[in-house]
Parts: sequence; structure tokens; C-alpha cells
Amino acid sequence: MTQQTHLTHEDTATETAPTEAARDPRLLVTAASPRGWIQALRRNVRGGELGPVPVVVGLVLIAVVFQSLNDRFLSPQNLSNLTVQIAAIGLMTTGVIMVLLLGEIDLSIGSVAGLSAAVLAVLAVRHGVNEWLAILAALGVGLLIGLLHGVIFAKVGVPAFVVTLAGLLGWQGTHLYLMGSDGTISTSSSGPIALLTQTYFVPFLGWAIAAATLALYLVCALTAERRRRLSGLPYRAPVQVLARTGMLALPLIGGVWTLNQYNGVPLAFLVFVGFVVLLDLVLRKTRYGRMVYAVGGNAEAARRAGVNVDLIRVSVFGIASALAALGGIMLVSRNFAASVSTGGGAELMMAIAAAVIGGTSLFGGRGNAYSALLGGLVLGAITSGLLLLQMDTSVRFMITAAVLLIAVILDAVSRRGRKTHARGGA
Amino acid sequence: MIAGAHPADTGGTIAWDGRPVGIGSPSDAQRLGIATIYQDLALCDNLDIVANLFLGNEQLHFPGTLDEVAMESRARELLDSLSVRIPDLRVPVSALSGGQRQIIAIARSLLGQPRVVMLDEPTAALGVAQTAQVLDLIERLRDQGLGVVLISHNMADVRAVADRAVVLRLGRNAGDFPIAETSYEEIVAAITGATDNPVTRRSERTGASAVATKDH
Repeated sequence: MTQQTHLTHEDTATETAPTEAARDPRLLVTAASPRGWIQALRRNVRGGELGPVPVVVGLVLIAVVFQSLNDRFLSPQNLSNLTVQIAAIGLMTTGVIMVLLLGEIDLSIGSVAGLSAAVLAVLAVRHGVNEWLAILAALGVGLLIGLLHGVIFAKVGVPAFVVTLAGLLGWQGTHLYLMGSDGTISTSSSGPIALLTQTYFVPFLGWAIAAATLALYLVCALTAERRRRLSGLPYRAPVQVLARTGMLALPLIGGVWTLNQYNGVPLAFLVFVGFVVLLDLVLRKTRYGRMVYAVGGNAEAARRAGVNVDLIRVSVFGIASALAALGGIMLVSRNFAASVSTGGGAELMMAIAAAVIGGTSLFGGRGNAYSALLGGLVLGAITSGLLLLQMDTSVRFMITAAVLLIAVILDAVSRRGRKTHARGGA
Repeated sequence: MIAGAHPADTGGTIAWDGRPVGIGSPSDAQRLGIATIYQDLALCDNLDIVANLFLGNEQLHFPGTLDEVAMESRARELLDSLSVRIPDLRVPVSALSGGQRQIIAIARSLLGQPRVVMLDEPTAALGVAQTAQVLDLIERLRDQGLGVVLISHNMADVRAVADRAVVLRLGRNAGDFPIAETSYEEIVAAITGATDNPVTRRSERTGASAVATKDH
């Protein structure tokens, strides 16, 4: 009695050919022709799924502007330094992204990075502990702090904002206490700590890493698409997989080539990118990652589906703080010293800003690990470009603020776009 | 009570397949094969359809990674069997209409292969076309041999798909009607506590002054 015309039509269609009716014609087009890809792209833009496009456009814009103002900006040496500079804050950003995906915030990462730097320096220099052990201890301290924050947030129910605000103050205090009367503790310039950021791979190794990554990606993508085809699901044609591999190869080969012009691929940058890739795989391919997104999207729904929400929250805060500690270790490595100001400056703001600029939503549940890389590159490029132009920190802060604001506006607008787009579905 | 959200009062039995059972928690109900879809659906807007269908119940292959292909084909089969047409299983649930979301929530409950599906106001927030979509699905569930308990205050919906209407008024069973032989007015009368007899209506009014249109 309440049947609509299009519904009855659908019923007759499904009776005659149930599988055919279930396939989306638009999707088949998408998999087949370039015109379909453009249509899909337009759909995504309208639906507010912009992906990394705005950030990449921003990066190109920044590169063009700074290169035209100072032709040393795109020199291999400057780019190589840039990759090492962003590694420390970039690692902190990867942690922040995990927390943002939950729809929460961690304000303590700067202080945790500072404290772990102090722990590292005090253990390695004052107490003469083996540097590897000192690194492990610093990481452990970070992990424990994160777990503590997580437990207070998840089990006691104190808002994460307040827990980590207390952490911001408290751990900075602990950091100053540990440093004692020394303003700075210099670390050895040749031990494992220093090598973290002083190691560069010989050109051959850089190429080998790039080739292995590409080959692995291609093989995995091809087998995955083959499985989809055999299961009768919509799949990407091999040509499309090759095209995507090419898209990946472009920055990869370009990057390795540029870095090889100078000293080779820096270990610090590789560690950073390695963590980004690892985090991306964990988030997209594992049950744990799925649960993180679910808790960020709708914690109550996740709970009803049997997800241990508290465990996810505690573990995410633990991982975030451990990554912040690793960032602190990188800071020590690059400066050959831990000081009372390590991690106490703009690091926290920059790490959160990088995550948002990279495209991770502040509203939870949306974003990916690559935001850390993209956002870090944007902020690093701005910093490095302004340094070349001998501009002051004041200018850097103002420009960074503008970029951050643009990123958040894009996030909010695309969010609204998705909402209105949702009405269009039938 | 059937869903296990609230424990039953003592002094009565719940019979399942003819033998008495105790339902103390939602998981008890699920074990018996009773799936409940609550009014708020409990979907994660940011996840795609496949991820929502399998949330908390993901299929895995090789050390702990998600088997997306298996999940997607299973989801496709399931939605095909319900004759549900959803263009792309990889769109986030936030991009779906209210009716489609309701359908996904129902489909999600079917993955556990239940025997009875209980729906709490599935059409409450939906437009006319979407309501029709959901009612179609309810009919298909019935045709597949599943028991469907539809909780609704919308008489048009109830009459469209139900075989029997049971009216609960103020926590008591106020009537069990075969839809085919019952008029709209008779059911409404049972719901509001009125009957066609002015005398009983008067005594009813003195007994209970509040008018509950729906209860569970």
C-alpha cells in the first residue's frame, strides 16, 4: 500500500537478475575508463572527500613561492636538511593523529618529548648508562606516561583535554626537576643517539629501499585486485594499479634522487616515514585500526559491537606518548644535547598543526597516517623557506597560523559538504 | 525483556521453542538467536558499509589483517539476498539516507544468523519512500522464515506488514489481534485504552488516567 513506483520497479529488476541489479553502474564505469575516474573525482569533491589534494597543492605552491624568492630553497642540501628537521616533530605528529582519530586531544606530547629527552640525557651522560638502554628507557617513560593519561581518561572519565593539560604542566615540571641546575646536558657526538640523525644511507641503499617499496606495493596491489576480481567484486584494472604505482613512484624516486645529490637518504627521515607507513598499515589493515576509527566515529556503537573502548583509548594514548618520546630522542640527537627548553617551545603546537594541515579531522574518526608526512612537510617547508629569507620566528608563526586556519576551514567545510551530500542518497 | 536489555520480573516464563529460558543480558538473547535493532541504529558514520556490517566481528586472514575481500563479498551476498540495492559498499555510512542506514543496521543484525529480529521504531524518522523501503525489507525477512517483532506506534506500518498486532498498554497485554480480521479502530481502541463501549471506557478512565500509545 505504501509502495513507491521506483521500489516496485526495483523489485521486478531484482527478480529477473538479482546480481546485475545489485551492481552499481557508476562503479563499473569508474573501474573502466578515464572519464569514469573524472566523474568519481568530481563525486568525491562534491561529497567533501578531498583527500590529500589540498595539501599537495599547498606544498607545490609553497615550493614555487620560496624557490622564486630564493633559488637555494629547492637545492638538494636544503631539502635534505628539511627532511631531517621534520623527523622529530613528525614522529610526535603520528602520535597526535592516533589521538585525533579518537576525537580526543593530547596536549602533553611536547612535555613528554622534553621529559624523555631529559631522561635520555641524564641516564646516558650523568649515569653513564649504555646509550641504547637509555633510549629504551626514555621510550618506556613515554609509554608509561601515555598509559597513565589513558587510564585516567578512559577509566576515571576525566576529559582528555584536562588530563593532558595537567600532563603538559606536570611533565614539564618533572623535566626541569630532572635537569636540575644544568641548563643543558650535552650528549656524545658519536654514539647511537647522535647517529640517529647523523646517518645517511649510501645512494645504492636509498635506491634499493625505493625499489623494494615499489615492488612490494605493486605485488600486493595486484594480488589484492586479482582476489577482488575472482570474488566478483568491483576491482581496479591492472592498468589502474600501474598508474597508482606510478603516482607513488614519482615522489619516491624524485625524493631519493634529490637526497642522493647531497648526502643520501637520512636515517631520521626513514625512521619517520617508516613509522608513518607502519601506522597507516595498522590503521587500515588491522582489526585494531578499525576499532580506533570506530571509537572515533561512534564510541557507543563501537561498545555495543563488542569493542573494548577503554582498552582502545588507553592503548592509543600510550602509543601517542611513546611516539612523542621518540620525537624527543630525535630532538636530542639533532642538537647533541637535551636542554631545559627541549620540547617546551612550539613543538606541541607544530605537531598538532601538522596533523590538521595534513588532513586529519579534529572531529574524530577521519584522517590517516600520511597527514603526518604531508603536514610535516608543509610546516617544515615554511620554516626552512623563511629561514632562507632570514625572516623572524614571528613571521613564521603568523604564516603557520594562516595555513593552519585554512586547513581547519577546509575540514569544517568538507564536513558540511558531506552532511548535505548525504541527503542526496536515495 | 526479549532483547535482554532489562531482566524480566519473576512470576512468568519466557518460552523459546517450547522450553522455558532465562534471558538475563543482551548476549543471552543473541545466543538464542534474537537480534535487536535499537532506534538509534548504532552505526559508525565515518566507516564504510562493509566496516559497519562487520564491526566487532571482522573476518581476518594472515596474521591479524582484515580480510576485506571476504567481508565485502559476504556483505554483497547478504544485501543481494535482501534485494537491497546500495550502489557502493565502500561509501561511508554518513553518505546514506535514513532508510538505507536502517537497512544496514538490520542487515548487520542478520550476519549473526538470528531467528527472530526485533525492530524498535524502524520507520520513526523516515520519509514515505524510505519507510516503504524498510517495510519491503521487513516483508522479505518474513518471507525468509525469520520471526519479526516490529515495535511501532504507526498503525499504517503495522497494518502493512504485520500478521498479528499485540498491544501493550501500561506494561500489560491489552490485546492480541490478527491484523486481517481487525479494523484500524479496534487496535487504536486497545492502544488508547478505549473500547467501543462507553461504560467500559468510563471504568477504564477511572483505572488509568494516563494515555500510553506505545509501550515495551
